[in-house]
Formats: sequence, structure tokens, C-alpha cells
Amino acid sequence: MRWRQVALDVALVVTALVVELVVLARLHLPGATPDLLLVVVVALALAHGPRHGMAVGFGAGLALDLAPPTVTPLGQWALVFCVVGFLVGRARGEVERSVWVPFLIVAIAAAGEVLGFAALSVIFGEHGVGLSRLTVLVVTGVAYDLVLTPFVLPVVTRLAARLEPGGGPR
Amino acid sequence: MGRDRHTRIILVLLLLTAFTLITLNLRQGSASPAGDLRRLGAGVFGPLERVTAAVVRPISGAWQDVTSLGSKNRTIATLTRENEQLRTELRTSALARARAAQLDALLHLAGLGQYKIVPAQVIAIAPAQGFSWTATIDAGSRDGIAPEMTVLDGQGLVGRVRSVTSSTATVVLAIDPSTKVAIRMGGSLQIGVVQGNGLGPMTLQLLDPRASLVPGDPLVTLGSTGGRPYVAGVPIGTVDRVALTPGTLTREATVTPYVDFTALYLVGVVVQPPRTDPRFALVPPRPTPTPTATPTPTASASPGATPTPTASASLGASSSANPSPRSTGG
Repeated sequence: MRWRQVALDVALVVTALVVELVVLARLHLPGATPDLLLVVVVALALAHGPRHGMAVGFGAGLALDLAPPTVTPLGQWALVFCVVGFLVGRARGEVERSVWVPFLIVAIAAAGEVLGFAALSVIFGEHGVGLSRLTVLVVTGVAYDLVLTPFVLPVVTRLAARLEPGGGPR
Repeated sequence: MGRDRHTRIILVLLLLTAFTLITLNLRQGSASPAGDLRRLGAGVFGPLERVTAAVVRPISGAWQDVTSLGSKNRTIATLTRENEQLRTELRTSALARARAAQLDALLHLAGLGQYKIVPAQVIAIAPAQGFSWTATIDAGSRDGIAPEMTVLDGQGLVGRVRSVTSSTATVVLAIDPSTKVAIRMGGSLQIGVVQGNGLGPMTLQLLDPRASLVPGDPLVTLGSTGGRPYVAGVPIGTVDRVALTPGTLTREATVTPYVDFTALYLVGVVVQPPRTDPRFALVPPRPTPTPTATPTPTASASPGATPTPTASASLGASSSANPSPRSTGG
């Protein structure tokens, strides 16, 4: 049971990663790239909780660090996604309140992802992090991820719930 | 509670791992274990991305086609319109070029002879069944045209104005059988009369039966009183064939007109004749000065060929014509 869950997570993360790098990034939309990987991580974290969320986040971030076109310091995305997965998992109890809560969570996660990564880049001495560029990235990134959410979140949630014997998120 | 603490410990461990990786990466570059990991990642994800890209490429191509469909349709529409415009231009430009060349020749001739002309287009030709060779031009009395004015084009004499309305005029062509034009010979300065003969060659009658008549000699109008109906000095044509008919009081010859009457388009009406007779200033130089007799069939076709050298040749004619007033004056 648990292995099937891990397999599903890996499959989802790898698919999301490859699609993001191959398809979404090549659309060359203005501003940020639609972050399918982040939405998948958020969905899994909401489905399984903070522990699962941070593990999946770490793995997804590490995969993003390792995947070819990425040249960021190894572990930087892993760190960011790990924290995002953990925090989103902590917030899973709020999902019951409204249909819009997941969207709010995705928006916060997307903004936090961009800002957290930028903060790390500044700390590690990366160049090219400007305030105006950062603003554009946050705004467009949040917008694109919100667009992805209604398509990705229900699918991932349903798949995850099917593998969990107790039914829906607990 | 215990589970929550457990989670936090894992989180801290993961974060520490991430930091370790980052520091390893930062400090040692690609030679570090991080570099090995990266190569591993590239080995795993690289082929995956390639396969995905290969699968997705047609889709993304189709996507690009779809997104650019509107602009492509616009481009096609624009190109089609441009193409039609260019094609129309091409068709009309040949006509426009010919027209410009005719106008050029006409103005050249008029300028050379110091005629004041009103340019006009031939807009109608009388049907051949009427046995008259007349044409309608699109200039009339409001353009200053009056009956019995001389009409010429870039090559030479076309005819005379017969009747005028406010905006059109009827021109009797020089080849009309009813037309008789007094002429002066280029070589001998003899005086004669040329009569039209339809599309056949004009006939020339010299008043002096003993005057020499050489094929290729040019003819110009002698000029009427007051320049009506014919101003002086307009080229008519060249002597084609001399008829040796004994027993007549005059010498006869056929004349090939300079003007191609089947291709009349742009003509000029002389509204004011020159003060002095231009004499032979307007006559184009003969293309071949060979005095070979009776080139009958070829010469009838020659008026179509002669127009080309006229425009450039009449420049030379103006310089060579300068001695002619002296010779006549002396």
C-alpha cells in the first residue's frame, strides 16, 4: 500500500516536472513559467499532510535541481519545495472551509516559492534578482498556477484518495 | 503529539540535507558529489525530456499553428490582394509606358517644331464600313480646339480636325481618301500633293514632272495659309516607290506614312502654329540611305518599325536641320 503511494508520487512528480520543462517552459509566456510541479506538490501535501508533503516537496525539488536545464545550486529547489510541502500539509485542515481555500493555498505557495527561492539566491550570492523582476515573477507565477489548479488539483486528490484505504483526506 | 515532533525532526533533517547539498555544490563545483548527482539526474531526466519533447512536438506545432491561424489568414488575404494589385499594375503599366513614350515623342516633335499642342487620346475610330478614316479624340472646344487644326503624333502627321464638340473632336486622318495634303519634298524641295488611300500606301503627285524622285525621300507638309488645316513642316512619310507612267503631267509615287494609323493612341492638336516654318527639322533621318529601288513589300511594313528610331533620331535631325534654313534662305 505504501509503496504504491510512493510510486504514484514519483510518477506524478516526474510527469509534472517533464511537462513543465518541456511544454510549459517552451510556451515562453510572459513572466514566470506555469509551475505544474508546485501545484502537484501542493495537491499531494493537501492530500496526505505535512510529513508526506515535505518528503514529496524535497524529492520534487531535488528532481528539479537535477533535471538538465536547471543550473541552480543543487538542493536549492529541494529546500524551497520541502518547506512549501510542509507548510501546505500543515494547512490541509483548512480545505474543508471553502472551495476557494485550495486556490488561496496555491497562490500563497506560489508566491512563497518564488520569494523563498529568490531569498536563497540573494543569500547564496546569485545575481539577477531585481525587485521589479521579482514582482513580475510573483504576479505571473501566482496567476499561472491558479489557472493550473482547477485542472490538476482534483485529479491528484482523487488519485491519492483512491490509494488511501480510509477514503478521503484525513 | 509525538508524531508531530517526529515530522519536525524529519523536516529539519531534510532541510539540513538541502543545505548540505547547496554548500557542497557551491564549494566544490562539478567535481563534487553534487556533480555526480547532477550527471545522474541528467542521465535520468534528459532522455525523459527528449522523449516527451518528441511526443509533444507535433502538438506544440499544432498549437502554434492554431495560435497563429488568424495572422496567417490575414497574411494570405494581404498577399492575395497585393498580388492582384501587382498583376493589374503589370497589365496597365505596359500601356502606361507606351503612352508615356508616345507623349514623349509627341512633345519632342512639338517642341522641335515649336508647335503649341493640346494632347488628346484617340477614343474612337470610325468603322471601316463607312469608308472614311476618322477618329474621335477626347479634347474639344473647351480645350481650345477648333475645326481645321492639324493633328499629329510623335511620328508625324495624323490628320486634321473636322468638327468639334465641347469635349471631343473628330479628326479626319491623313490616310482618308478625301484627304489631300500639300507637301514639300525633302531632297528636291519640290511641291506636291499627297492623297490618302486607306491602309494602302498614300499616293504622291509632284507638280513638276521632271523633278527627281528618289525612294526614301522624306515629305513634310507645305503648310496652309494661317496654318489651317495643315501647319508647315510636319513629317508625313517617305517616298516608297516611284511610278513611271509616261504621258502624265505629274510624277506619281507611293508614300509610306510615318504614323502607324492602326495603333493611334495619343495625338496632339496644334492649336498654334510656329511663327517660322520648321521645314525639315522634324523629319527623322532615313534609317538606311541605300537608294535601292522598290522595296515594296518590306517598305509597307516599315512604318511599324520606324517609330523606334524617331524619338532618338530626331535629336540628330535638329542639328542636321540647322543648315536647311540657310540653304533655303540663300
